[in-house]
Amino acid sequence: MPQLPIPASPPIAWYLILSVILFALGVAGFLFRRNIITVFMSIELMLNAVNLSFVTFSYKLRQVDGHIFSFFVMVVAAAEAAVGLAIILTVFKNRQTLEIDEVSSLKN
Amino acid sequence: MDSSLFPTSAEYFRILPEMILTVVATLIMFLEAILKDWQKRVFAPIALAGLTAALVAAIAANGSQGTAFHDMLVIDGFATFFRVLVIAVGMLAVFASTEYLKREAHPGGEFYALVLFCVTGQCVMATANELIMIFIGLEISSIASYILAGYLRDDARNNEAALKYFLLGSFATAFLLFGVAWIYGYTGSTNLMEIRRQLETPGGPSVLITGTAAALMFVGFAFKISAAPFQVWAPDVYQGAPAPVSGFLSVGPKAAAFAILLRTYLTAFAPISRQWVPVLWICALATMIVGNFAAIQQSNIKRLLAYSSIAHAGYVLVAVTANSEIGSAAAMFYLAAYAFTNFGAFAVVTHVARKGERYTKVEDFAGLAQKQPAMAAMLTIFLLSLIGVPLTGGFFGKFYIFKAALDSHLVWLTVLGLLNSAVAAYYYLRILVVMYMKDPEPSEALPPAGPALQIAVYGSAIATLVLGIFPSFVLDFASKAALK
Repeated sequence: MPQLPIPASPPIAWYLILSVILFALGVAGFLFRRNIITVFMSIELMLNAVNLSFVTFSYKLRQVDGHIFSFFVMVVAAAEAAVGLAIILTVFKNRQTLEIDEVSSLKN
Repeated sequence: MDSSLFPTSAEYFRILPEMILTVVATLIMFLEAILKDWQKRVFAPIALAGLTAALVAAIAANGSQGTAFHDMLVIDGFATFFRVLVIAVGMLAVFASTEYLKREAHPGGEFYALVLFCVTGQCVMATANELIMIFIGLEISSIASYILAGYLRDDARNNEAALKYFLLGSFATAFLLFGVAWIYGYTGSTNLMEIRRQLETPGGPSVLITGTAAALMFVGFAFKISAAPFQVWAPDVYQGAPAPVSGFLSVGPKAAAFAILLRTYLTAFAPISRQWVPVLWICALATMIVGNFAAIQQSNIKRLLAYSSIAHAGYVLVAVTANSEIGSAAAMFYLAAYAFTNFGAFAVVTHVARKGERYTKVEDFAGLAQKQPAMAAMLTIFLLSLIGVPLTGGFFGKFYIFKAALDSHLVWLTVLGLLNSAVAAYYYLRILVVMYMKDPEPSEALPPAGPALQIAVYGSAIATLVLGIFPSFVLDFASKAALK
């Protein structure tokens, strides 16, 4: 059977492009979705895009630092999720809604 | 094992303030679980003792300047200035909040613990010498402040403020981190000095990519300092959060965010200043205009002060745009003057708002001068300082900022900035007019301010006046500590 010209591993740039795409998807989700939980998940997607680029750069630079940074990001994201979900829960208890447009009582 | 891996005792001494704050905050959380309700009065004194100890440690650490933990932190005059500032703001916040929490019948140790954690994060930001430490300090401060903004969890306004602060804050952090990742990838380091060295090397990292990454990081910073066009969260958050918390959020985290902005852009990104100075120029102008012109239309005083704090971030951005040593010193002085002034104004608002924060309209200040002349006089000092009238800290702050801008040949920015501060005088004077010229409307009686709140108000007023009458001490320190 003829060998397909597939490289042993995809070039580094592909991972970086993927991370940019994931980040852009996160930004789009944050801006255009109206459900608070979905908006929050979009932020998590952005953070995961950051992690992907940290790990890729770390591999490219042959350093271990980037891997460690991605752990820091995960820890902080976990803390943020704990606080964020608690805040979302109190909002839901007070207003019985998760639509972001309906949470807008503060104005002049 | 290599003994140099272990930090020396001098390095531990340099981060003593952060260690004290963390230990005291954790202690308060333990006590919160153990103590009975009537014993919970001890939390405010404990928090104050912790902050005082941290303040002393921060001043002492200035005598042993240098880096710590493999260059991750740096303790220099710049770091000391901001550490002392944020700890002092933390103390004022504790004084103002004690009264507030008692009034809202919501005493709790976690409030003080969160304030201490927030201050810890700001201290880390002030000393950070590395992009990852900047991120961690920023998040320690931010996560605590998200909870503080929504502290009264049954109050719908508090919830909304916390939600908006949380969503937009995390969104901004993601931008900052993405920028950090690309800077790391292209310079191979997260250390600010090393990044600078890489960028200075001819044929070094691509200016296009590092410039884009620096811009992404700026998006993150701009959210935290509420610079246009990323200021939309500030009015809602400051209006919805408890008044003393709004005061705290509008000065502490903002001063620390400016500290990291100054440090990153004046050290690490100094070689690409030709790229970022024009961006900051536009951003500074837009921030001043948006803040001032929106503030004119506000009838809620918390919202008005929120827009005014956006405008003040614009003035400080002018100093950052100057991209010079005097610019850095001017920004430091301005942030100190602004911190005490703005916090003081929010402390008076805390007092006038009464239980449940039902009186936050500008009209609710009518006749305050007759009912409580002392409070009216203090608010007058704060408003005059926000305008920038001589003998107040705000005057010298603005003076040094525009002087620094002129020295860097930013003539147009200076002219437009001065025009802006003239516009700003209008809405501050409107509050003064209501306070002194209008008769009080018949409404719920305003009980006299408690001792703790008085300490917060008078302390801020004294600091504002001292900075306005004897600016040289703080200014000398700032000039010596300014980033080169």
